[in-house]
Amino acid sequence: MAIRMKPGEQRRSDRTFRWVAASCASVVLLLIAAFFVRLVLSCRLSLGQFGWRFLITSDWDPGNGNFGALSSLYGTLVSTAIAMVIAVPLSLAIALFLVELAPPTLRRVTGTAIELLAAVPSIIFGMWGFFVFAPFMARHVEPILGKSLGFLPLFHGPPMGIGMLTAGIILALMILPYISAVMRDVFQMVPAVVKESAYGMGATTWEVTRKITMRYGIRGLVGACFLGLGRAVGETMAVTFVIGNNFDISPSLFAGGNTIASTLANEFNEASEPMHLSALVELGLILFVVSFILQVFAHLWLKSLTRKMGAGL
Amino acid sequence: MIPRAAAGRKVTDRLVMVVSACAALLGILALAWILLVVLQKGAAAINWEFFFHRTLPTGAPDGGVGNAILGSALLVALAVVIGVPIGLMVGVYLAEFGRDTRLGTAVRFSANVMMGIPSIIVGLFVYTLLVMPMHTYSGWAGAVALAILMLPVIARTTEDMLQLVPNTLRESALALGASRRKVTFQIVFRAAKVGLLTGVLLAIARISGETAPLLFTALNSPYWPTTLNSSVANLPVTIFNYALSPYEDWVRIAWGASLLITAGVLALNISSRIILRRGSHE
Repeated sequence: MAIRMKPGEQRRSDRTFRWVAASCASVVLLLIAAFFVRLVLSCRLSLGQFGWRFLITSDWDPGNGNFGALSSLYGTLVSTAIAMVIAVPLSLAIALFLVELAPPTLRRVTGTAIELLAAVPSIIFGMWGFFVFAPFMARHVEPILGKSLGFLPLFHGPPMGIGMLTAGIILALMILPYISAVMRDVFQMVPAVVKESAYGMGATTWEVTRKITMRYGIRGLVGACFLGLGRAVGETMAVTFVIGNNFDISPSLFAGGNTIASTLANEFNEASEPMHLSALVELGLILFVVSFILQVFAHLWLKSLTRKMGAGL
Repeated sequence: MIPRAAAGRKVTDRLVMVVSACAALLGILALAWILLVVLQKGAAAINWEFFFHRTLPTGAPDGGVGNAILGSALLVALAVVIGVPIGLMVGVYLAEFGRDTRLGTAVRFSANVMMGIPSIIVGLFVYTLLVMPMHTYSGWAGAVALAILMLPVIARTTEDMLQLVPNTLRESALALGASRRKVTFQIVFRAAKVGLLTGVLLAIARISGETAPLLFTALNSPYWPTTLNSSVANLPVTIFNYALSPYEDWVRIAWGASLLITAGVLALNISSRIILRRGSHE
């Protein structure tokens, strides 16, 4: 078969090919727009009924048709905050280990293990969390925290294992690979010359990291945290298994709660009233908007960073 | 500035090294703990009935997850059929035509954003798009939800892999008079095939364990999958339903299914790594 076509035919074929590729690419844009439109249209009922009150009331009473998102928002915020407090320093330490400290073979093994941790499906974290980790927390960790830090309202209450703290810790394990991967890339972007001149002045590894690498890559490190935050906010199955799924707002981290995602996973298929369904979709809309904003922000932030670093030095 | 004593600085340095090694160890231990638990509890559930019988009510002595295995395979296969061609074409556009165009920049950015949209929202979206108008949960809806999850992953890896192919290769084919379609599919794709295969495998690994997008779309079913027009049995939702039930035999089966999914996902991940490494050595 000849590769050559007639010139006119060739031009037409090229144009068609480009057009097909561009239409497929537009599907991505269309999908994002459709997400927003479909979700808004599907929760008109509860948008109209509750308005802004939806965000500031915590009643969740399907029996009487009263819905408010406050306890879900609170639970999402608290579980995410716990996850970030644990995952950010750990990821930083792991990235540091991978880039600056580990010998090549150990680096590969550790890097692979952390990446495989990201591949473990959410529901497996849920199984492990519910049957193994939550009982472990109830027996070994929470009693100690209660005894030593029980004067804080954060650590009041019976150690049940199921609750905000356990959910937050599991979330931390789940987002840690994502954050440390970006942080590792940021560390590697620092030009070797800069680091070497600091080493040449007699600085130790930690001093180089703290004063050169981290300062040089601070924007990238922050961007990595936002990416992790975006992941944590929408994690569903693992959290649904271990958070307890009640609608109370309690200051104690040992207490149960719910997140937007866990409420959706738990109630959606049992919701028969149109208002209940609509309120659940509105919860979903809130989650979509929040994670959308977080993602856009993180990517814009990281993009401006690569541009700067590429041009810099 | 007065320099701190050298000994103090060295101690801090060592301390930080120990802490960061511990953090890495903690990550490895967490993975090992999860895998060991899944292996130990899951192996106890694996037998002939587990693979070849369908899900049965609690108390039935020979229930399995055969229907869920088959259903999951069907949903993933259908998602691949829908998601991979579109994803590849998005990648082709980004790498071959849209490196600097406005559409290219917008699509690249949106694909990145889309990768971070929670999978439960994808399920909710497909519910409002397909399940509500059709008035029934369906295998189609489940496959579409999984395909949407695959799309940005395939698009981005395809773009990255095509960009690695040197431009001289494209130019020489074009100079011979080949059309863009031929250059892309017969020259560039062939040069990038290892990378493309890895991207597809990783995307399949990512969707095989997804539960949240199936909850509102394919739901679950105790029967063998005979049609995609109603709910379809699948492993992740079976795990969710069984694990939180009070019945011991169901929980045991949930562990077996967890082992199956974990083994599958990790095998896909590791094999794609091996393929990539071998490909780059050649």
